[in-house]
Amino acid sequence: MTESPSSGARGLRSDQFSGLMLLALALYVAWENRAYPVGTLQEPGPGYMPLLLVIFLGAIGLLIALWGARSRPLAAVKWTEATRAVVILVACGFAALALERIGYRLTVIALLVFLLGVLERKRPLPVALVALGFGFASFYVVGDLLHVPLPRSPWGF
Amino acid sequence: MVETFQNLLLGFSVALQPSILVYAFVGCLIGTLVGMMPGLGPLAGISLLLPATFGLNPIIAIVLLAGVYYGAMYGGSTTSILLRIPGEAASVMTCVDGYAMTLNGRAGPALAIAAIGSFIAGTLGVIGLMLLAPTLAAWALRFGPPEYTALLMMGLFILAYMSGGSMLKTLAMATLGLLLGMIGIDVMSGYTRFNFGVVELGDGVGIVPVAVGLFGVSEILLAAGGTVAPKVQRPKLRDLIPSREEFRLSVGPIGRGSLLGFLIGIIPGSAHIISSFVSYGIERRLAKDPGRFGKGAIEGVAGPESANNAAASGAFVPMMALGIPTSPVTAVMIAAIMVHGILPGPLLIQQQPELFWGFVASMYVGNVVLLILNLPMVGVFVNLLRIPYSYLYPCILCFCILGTYSVSNSLIDVWILLAMGAIGYVLRKFGYDLAPVALGLVLAPMLELSLRQSLAMSAGDYGIFVQRPIAAVMFALGAILFLFAIKPLVFKGKDWRSTVGLENE
Repeated sequence: MTESPSSGARGLRSDQFSGLMLLALALYVAWENRAYPVGTLQEPGPGYMPLLLVIFLGAIGLLIALWGARSRPLAAVKWTEATRAVVILVACGFAALALERIGYRLTVIALLVFLLGVLERKRPLPVALVALGFGFASFYVVGDLLHVPLPRSPWGF
Repeated sequence: MVETFQNLLLGFSVALQPSILVYAFVGCLIGTLVGMMPGLGPLAGISLLLPATFGLNPIIAIVLLAGVYYGAMYGGSTTSILLRIPGEAASVMTCVDGYAMTLNGRAGPALAIAAIGSFIAGTLGVIGLMLLAPTLAAWALRFGPPEYTALLMMGLFILAYMSGGSMLKTLAMATLGLLLGMIGIDVMSGYTRFNFGVVELGDGVGIVPVAVGLFGVSEILLAAGGTVAPKVQRPKLRDLIPSREEFRLSVGPIGRGSLLGFLIGIIPGSAHIISSFVSYGIERRLAKDPGRFGKGAIEGVAGPESANNAAASGAFVPMMALGIPTSPVTAVMIAAIMVHGILPGPLLIQQQPELFWGFVASMYVGNVVLLILNLPMVGVFVNLLRIPYSYLYPCILCFCILGTYSVSNSLIDVWILLAMGAIGYVLRKFGYDLAPVALGLVLAPMLELSLRQSLAMSAGDYGIFVQRPIAAVMFALGAILFLFAIKPLVFKGKDWRSTVGLENE
């Protein structure tokens, strides 16, 4: 996390950025907290503890930003896998949307086909074997053997 | 002492039932596999298995989950030694000298010493748990809301002091976790806070989606690029026997690591991770020739591996005796027990002796099972490491979604899981430790309730925290540790982190 001040160019440092983000989050939560009565020091209301916490978070965020001048430059934070990470998250988001609509097995099979076949570019046969095998085997173990209720498709599948 | 042995006999009468033995074995096996797989640490493993325990009786449930926990501690060392890939975070220090031993053709003895050290430390840790937890629980019966407030505050201060990385970042993450814990219905007033119109958030944010998202999904997002299966050595049984000299050199580190790990395990934070770092630092400092470290010193494997296993046992002391989790793993385990209507805390040992002593005895059994599993069968387990990560991570991701959804059949939990995965990914990029978030989430409702109950008891007088001796001592200890923690920020100088090779501001 730390680096000598001379090693990077001028500009925002990673800790300065993350500290300011925490400060922004604290301000946002403080704004949302207006809806709840804070009460008094002697008789705290539902907004009291969140207010204490956002003040503390804001102060810490500010300190991280102030002490962050010696951290690495923000531009030095590498995001090489970020595109892949976003694609994975979006695929999982679609899976979450589909889960209760088309059932667990079809959702998992579709997700695995996408991740293995499209994202990882594996050959069709292993993709089909892994997707079908995992989809059916995990449903059998978790749903049938362990009796955890998993969503089924409208066709009962 | 006689009473303790009688209780332990009761525990063994429970733990040696065939059904419990089978589940202890299954837990240890799953834990070993989970510990070996990068991206699936003990927390993710336990969280994913949690829904499957709902239909089991509470003793079996906790034995199974505990088996996964300490099984993962064992399993994590295998990948560290053979591949220089820590299966879980506590095995990072084992990579250094463990992998160097592999390069020197001594992978077998490194694996053997790791397993033997883990066994001894795990067993000593259980003895510590057995002796300390009932005493602590009996003492904790005197605790009221002010003492719990002081205890939780002290825990948070200790967390800041003992954090592996930057103290400010640890405090920020603990506060973030506490804020997450504010979501949902306020039990004192009935207000629903920060639910943004989502009815399901009225119950608050669950520990499972947060923990699996922060630790499991974020790890997958960080590591998803790796596609090539690494070359793996398969040590044979006869290669595992360490030399007499290696045994001699390992005795001290195993003893010190066990004691140190157990003590660090009791305090809040990522104890099993910190204990392995501290143990490595101490062994390097005590060595006659510190230059051997990093080049295959057996002490660099024996100490950290013993420490992280002892810390896993130590973490159960406050969980069982006080009902307070000191790590995300114990937080999930408390959730698992509470599903069965059992509240961990000072009365647990009195009211549910079969559960507590059965659990303790099962840990002795589990340690033996793990020694048997990890030594002769290491050649079988390493085959798992031949599966390319590009095939492994989509399946782990599906397990994450499956496990999170099935805890309460809620899609909101899946969305929280994905959001936490994304947040965890970004936070790790900026060097934040995520364990305090999960810990803060669990402690938040307890802290808020006990604080407000204390003020209700004293009609708003804050003096209640200094008038009651136990609370006053805890607050004073917390304040002293907090001052020690901020000292390196105010006065330039080294603190304990830099002496053991941990990151520091």
